[in-house]
Amino acid sequence: MENRKGRGWSAGLAGLLAPAGLWLGIFFLIPLLLILAYSFGTSGVYGGITLGFNPGNYLKVFDPLYLEIVGRTLVIATLNTLLCLLLGYPLAYFIAFKGRRWRNALILMVMIPFWTSLLVRAYAWVVILGGNGLANRTLQFLNITDGPINLIYTPQAVTMGLVYSYLPFMILPLYASLEKFDVRLKEAAQDLGASRWQAFWKVTFPLSMPGVIAGSILVFIPSAGEFVVPNLLGGSRTVMIGNLIQQQFLQARDWAFGSALSIILAVLLIGAIMFYVRKVGTDKLEGM
Amino acid sequence: MGKTRISRQKFLKMAGAAGVAGSTLTILSACQPNTTASGGGGGGDKKELNLYNWSDYVAKKTLPGFEKEAGAKVTQDFYSSNEELLAKLQGGGAGYDVIVPSDYMVAIMAKSDVIQKLDMSKLSNFKNVGAEFKGLSYDPKNEYSVPYQWGTTGILYNKKKIDKVENWDVMFDQNHKGKIAMINDVRETLGAALMRRGYSINSTNEKELQEAKQDLVDQKPLVRGYFDSTEISELVAKGDVALGHVFSGEGILTALENEDLEYAIPQPAATRWTDNMCIPKSVENPDLAHKFINYILSKDAGAELTNYTYYGTPNEAAIPMIDKELKDIPEWNPSPAVFERLQVIEDVGEATRDYERIFTEVKSG
Repeated sequence: MENRKGRGWSAGLAGLLAPAGLWLGIFFLIPLLLILAYSFGTSGVYGGITLGFNPGNYLKVFDPLYLEIVGRTLVIATLNTLLCLLLGYPLAYFIAFKGRRWRNALILMVMIPFWTSLLVRAYAWVVILGGNGLANRTLQFLNITDGPINLIYTPQAVTMGLVYSYLPFMILPLYASLEKFDVRLKEAAQDLGASRWQAFWKVTFPLSMPGVIAGSILVFIPSAGEFVVPNLLGGSRTVMIGNLIQQQFLQARDWAFGSALSIILAVLLIGAIMFYVRKVGTDKLEGM
Repeated sequence: MGKTRISRQKFLKMAGAAGVAGSTLTILSACQPNTTASGGGGGGDKKELNLYNWSDYVAKKTLPGFEKEAGAKVTQDFYSSNEELLAKLQGGGAGYDVIVPSDYMVAIMAKSDVIQKLDMSKLSNFKNVGAEFKGLSYDPKNEYSVPYQWGTTGILYNKKKIDKVENWDVMFDQNHKGKIAMINDVRETLGAALMRRGYSINSTNEKELQEAKQDLVDQKPLVRGYFDSTEISELVAKGDVALGHVFSGEGILTALENEDLEYAIPQPAATRWTDNMCIPKSVENPDLAHKFINYILSKDAGAELTNYTYYGTPNEAAIPMIDKELKDIPEWNPSPAVFERLQVIEDVGEATRDYERIFTEVKSG
């Protein structure tokens, strides 16, 4: 960005930016500002809101119950990001370097689940993991278990569902950055005496950092706001901040607190991402 | 709250000004003059009725029957909770002509000024409604609502795995660990815990609520999860759980399809709920909406509904036409003694948020 040349705004550039700017302004910025305004309002007993300045909605979050839910959400989202990275990296690596003529077909396979709505796929897991589902019947057929075991409506089912939902968001950016990697760099490292392991950790992995960062952000943000998977696969036994927000807008009819929670979630996410990029990112990125 | 609400007409103007093509959005297309209405509309009448209803809650032939009679087209959208319905109406962008809220929600909607008074002179079939379904606590003079269907909330259980269901204790029994599913709704689930202890389902007494909360906290390790009634009926039918907290229609229907199952109304009390037809304030064609409500209140439509949903009918005139199979089930048609001990969920006002916090604490624990 520093070596940007012209500062002048040509009419053409403004014209190109206008549609996107208008779109984001109307459908992103205005709703966001509304939520911000709501978060300082006072909820009516029967829903709706009176605008004003009421910081009480933010103070409510310090209720230990809600703090615990916020904490749990961050732990679940972090765990999910790590699991996706652990599972996704080897796969992206394999496709980028060993995929050869199958590369495009393999990447297509990673993307195929996107063709169906997440909700439908989550329901598919309900069927697969159910008491009489495919998973249980397979386990019994292989004589691993003698009766149906509880696979669904457990914290493990939620973890699995989250990894399943967000893994492609990790693989695709990883693949994009590994695919550009110049293999000769790794070969040079090995020629200069590095073991394969050293070459990976000192050359390949640092150079794939932009993919790691992009993938982690793409996985972390939506999993922190998730509320469908904990309901469908967790039997609503796990409460995440997304569930809490949904509850405030519907059952509790407390739009102001729901809005405050949404703003807090957004701030936490921005904070977490900035921290992450600082910590993991910049020094590695500087070499790029 | 009126301050921040944008009226639907205004929203349409704004949307029009912004050049947003409305054809793909139901809320907008619902408001466009309908050029494809079947039958003879005449007089430039809007002949399209948008029904916003619980899913699978109207017999297959009922809507076509009305379409034919009124020469109008009916479209139906679904919601899954009263709160979702309320939020939709309060958001301003509804576009619905007839809605079907449950008891306490009628009172809330009347107070929030999102539904309008009914014109009884257009509802000649209201005479078909039985006395015990007129003037209920949430709308004592039937100014805003007339009943659609009614039911109870009880327990669907597997007779092969559970000896007998007499009261709510069975849902809190350590012996049934992992075999229990509860409704994911604070008023029903906390309500069950309150009634089990002999308290009112509408209690706002701090001590009573804390006791009921502790019961649910202790119950959580026994519970497979918190679901909606339809999911729970499926879980019981598939054998994933043996005891399900369900609405009567689904419970009775599931039990009729599987002889191992039975629906019970537990002691000492259970919920009795009534769903009602109301007309939102923002309605475009109140005449057509009244016509629809009157059609549903006819004895034929009333019988059709119940023979399809298996819920109770408030329509006394329809009872002779109800399937015998249903009429023979005591839980479908509770005796006066059972009916007496049923409780109606009422709006608890400010305490709603305490209820919600309790349920969050239970589920989060």
